[in-house]
Amino acid sequence: MSDETTDPGPVTTLATPIRLDFEFTPGVAQSKFLRGLERGEFLGQRCATCGKVYVPSRGSCPTDGVPTTEDVLLGNSGTVTTYCVVNVPFAGQSIEIPYICAQILLDGANLSFMGLIQEIPTDQIRMGMRVEAVWVDEAELTPSLASVRYFRPNGEPDADYETYKEYL
Amino acid sequence: MADSEVLHAEHRLEYPYSRSTGPVIGAFLTALRDGRFLGATGSDGRVIVPPTEYDPITSDDVGELVEVGPGGVLESWAWVSHPLRKHPLQTPFAWGLIRLDGADTALLHAVDAPGPEALASGVRVTARFRPADERIGSMADVEAFVVGGGAA
Repeated sequence: MSDETTDPGPVTTLATPIRLDFEFTPGVAQSKFLRGLERGEFLGQRCATCGKVYVPSRGSCPTDGVPTTEDVLLGNSGTVTTYCVVNVPFAGQSIEIPYICAQILLDGANLSFMGLIQEIPTDQIRMGMRVEAVWVDEAELTPSLASVRYFRPNGEPDADYETYKEYL
Repeated sequence: MADSEVLHAEHRLEYPYSRSTGPVIGAFLTALRDGRFLGATGSDGRVIVPPTEYDPITSDDVGELVEVGPGGVLESWAWVSHPLRKHPLQTPFAWGLIRLDGADTALLHAVDAPGPEALASGVRVTARFRPADERIGSMADVEAFVVGGGAA
């Protein structure tokens, strides 16, 4: 043990982390969606007025303001409507860059949601690409989007622009 | 899990910010790590604690940094009967505005007192620093102010 103390130098930075802990309780509609994920399925809801299918559903139609009561089982495949290739590292990043973040319109749905695309070089992603969900092993399925590992190309020809232009 | 069971999930939203302190706040924090308080001399001769980087009147760089405290006067205070998890003390305490000896402005900090009856505007308080090996250059290097410490 030395009696010399090390000069730590002047203070130049200050750590100021912020943190919010909260508990989330999904409502009836979102619980159905999450229970579907636990079974390896995408479950949406249809509006009886306009006929649109929302996934995940919030339990009502944002256009018509009526409850969405009809449950609709959606396909495991969908269409990339738009995408972003992430090249920038950031704190807390859990996926190796570069990776693709895409808006995916599931077959039978009228609302796209964000998904990770894998198993394809980032320079080959394109609008209209047909993709399918890759799920975790059955024993690891939970009522969470973590049950979907990622989406990957399903080998089908690209979707026609006219089929998804309303969802950009 | 039965489908009838209500789902709930714990979430945490967290950002690991760190800030550059600049020369004045940096010097103030460095002094706290050494167990001392520094104030900045303003254009009107007033000593500003905690120091600002720019003069509040002229917006020029502040003048000389001078040592103040560690004793001072409690200017005003608010008693916290039920401390929250993120509060500096987990026992009932006061938030106090403390004008350190040699300073012309007040500093906000926790005051550790047995109860609100021990406090009054104008009482003498003094800083209780954490042990030197626990100080990191932060306002939390001062654990709290306590009543006493004698006249300036």
